[in-house]
Amino acid sequence: MKFIKSPLIAIAVLSVLGLVFDFGINAYFQLILLFALVNCLLSMSLNLVNGYTGQFSLGHAGFMAIGAYFSAYANTHWDLLPPPLQAVEFFIWAGCAGLVAAGAGFLVGLPSLRLKGDYLAIVTLGFGEIIRVALLNMDFLGGPRGYSNIPGFSSFLFSFIFASLWLVICFFTIWRVMHSTYGRGFLSVREDEIAAEAMGINTTRMKVRAFVLSSFFAGVAGSLFSHFTNFISPSSFTFLQSVNAVIMVVLGGMGSMTGSVVAAIFITVLPEALRPLQELTGVDLRMVIYSLSLVLVMILRPKGLFGDLEITDVWRKYVRRSA
Amino acid sequence: MQDFIQHIINGISLGSIYALIALGYTMVYGILKMINFAHSDVYMVGAFAAYYVARFFGIDASPGIATLITLLVVSMVCCSLLGLAIERLAYRPLRNAPKLNVLITAIGVSLFLEYAGQVVFGADPKVFPEVMKDMVLFNIGDVELKSFDVTVLIVSVLAMLGLQFLIFKTKLGRAMRAVSANASVASLLGVNPDRIIAFTFIVGSSLAGVGSVLVGMKYPKIDPLMGMMIGLKAFVAAVLGGIGNVGGAVLGALIMGLSEEMVVAYLSSTYRDALAFGILIVILIFKPAGLLGKYTVEKV
Repeated sequence: MKFIKSPLIAIAVLSVLGLVFDFGINAYFQLILLFALVNCLLSMSLNLVNGYTGQFSLGHAGFMAIGAYFSAYANTHWDLLPPPLQAVEFFIWAGCAGLVAAGAGFLVGLPSLRLKGDYLAIVTLGFGEIIRVALLNMDFLGGPRGYSNIPGFSSFLFSFIFASLWLVICFFTIWRVMHSTYGRGFLSVREDEIAAEAMGINTTRMKVRAFVLSSFFAGVAGSLFSHFTNFISPSSFTFLQSVNAVIMVVLGGMGSMTGSVVAAIFITVLPEALRPLQELTGVDLRMVIYSLSLVLVMILRPKGLFGDLEITDVWRKYVRRSA
Repeated sequence: MQDFIQHIINGISLGSIYALIALGYTMVYGILKMINFAHSDVYMVGAFAAYYVARFFGIDASPGIATLITLLVVSMVCCSLLGLAIERLAYRPLRNAPKLNVLITAIGVSLFLEYAGQVVFGADPKVFPEVMKDMVLFNIGDVELKSFDVTVLIVSVLAMLGLQFLIFKTKLGRAMRAVSANASVASLLGVNPDRIIAFTFIVGSSLAGVGSVLVGMKYPKIDPLMGMMIGLKAFVAAVLGGIGNVGGAVLGALIMGLSEEMVVAYLSSTYRDALAFGILIVILIFKPAGLLGKYTVEKV
């Protein structure tokens, strides 16, 4: 479990994994795997707001949409580098997409983060919907028809490495932030806002910072999503997509980075794994099982699978002790 | 000018439907301090219950007031049973859990009803049976007053007056207000909060049932996802008026209905869904507790 402490080793391990998957599994599983990586990015970024800062945001799909559309538009219209360096260009535009989403996150966060709890949830939901409706009405972005022919990577391996690169960046940024003074500030806002305020923490500023960083990575996730599917439309970024991200964070444990990664992979794979059941019964039971399990997890294990522990803590606490 | 009056009539009729659903949100919020996201799906189930009963017993063959009342009762009973079951199975185990967990459970229940609905009822839209004949009652110039709009208005006003009576004039209503103010003190004084909460769910859900039949009558296309958008709008209406406040919910719903009608009439219908949230955001930024809500300062 040491590799999660060093970015370089993590990249190396993920690249080797990518190479294995490149030959080991068919294209269908490869696509699922790529979506799992996008969802990991999404859930880790949302974890920063929902898990660590304790603010309930339901508009993550909106930021993802901004990132996706920006990246799609930029990659088809603006050429920065000669074609051999296209991979670098993808990387740059993904970063810019993140910045644009972060800007939007700032604009949204500044007024709405003064609200708390349910109100914040509903306002962020509203912003997500407004972004979606705005995209529906933008004709140069395809409007309701969506945006097609987005350039993507030629091979699975490149896509995988590209996604893992961002994944590692995201993981270590959030990890380091959470282990700094800022991270303490975020946690204090979650634990007791009034006490944090009394300790001299500017809670609104803390929340906005968490929100901006979170929407940055959501934008990047959107950009990756657009490259992997080569087609996006406003209906890819509905309320359900935001709920999906929340489910991942909650299932993994509020405030557990590795927990949200595990949950994101699980949630991405689960509907596909339930496909045989669908063929067996002839009806689509996937979402039913999915939502039922959400309610059950909330009742039986209110803090999520990992709670606020990381996977290494779980390892130390349960597995090593019994050995 | 005549167009304008016509739009106002339509807006009020739409707003009174929103009000019925918003009341369910506001009642549950007032007592439990939670957003019952599943409320709009209870409303969907109510519409389907009325649909199947009408088809099964063939009462849609004779449209009229009697059919309307039968379907209203059927839908109210089904909805309140469902509301009761949801409260008992999903929300009661989480009575003392953090707010976030309750909210997520509510979203889970809502998704469950939507997708179980797709499995049970089928995902394709169905045509709601004809409950009443829609006719023009009278017109002044080009302004038409249709019987649907009048029925919707009358039924909603009756339901709201009934609710008002229940809350402010009966013993149960007093108990509800007591639990809303402070559940633990209320239980010391001999009120059983669990029963009152269950009762709140019954009342709120049956109002959703009334709403579902009225909407089915006016816009006769029902499908398992029909609750999603109307639920969000009704919720916005409840927040707009000050959530937890019965009069506020009605006021907010009327504002929502009117402004939506105006946007569709004079701007573009694509902005319809964004409007609700636009209003909400503006209101919450300038008046965080809603129009009629009281702003409370948190004490340590």
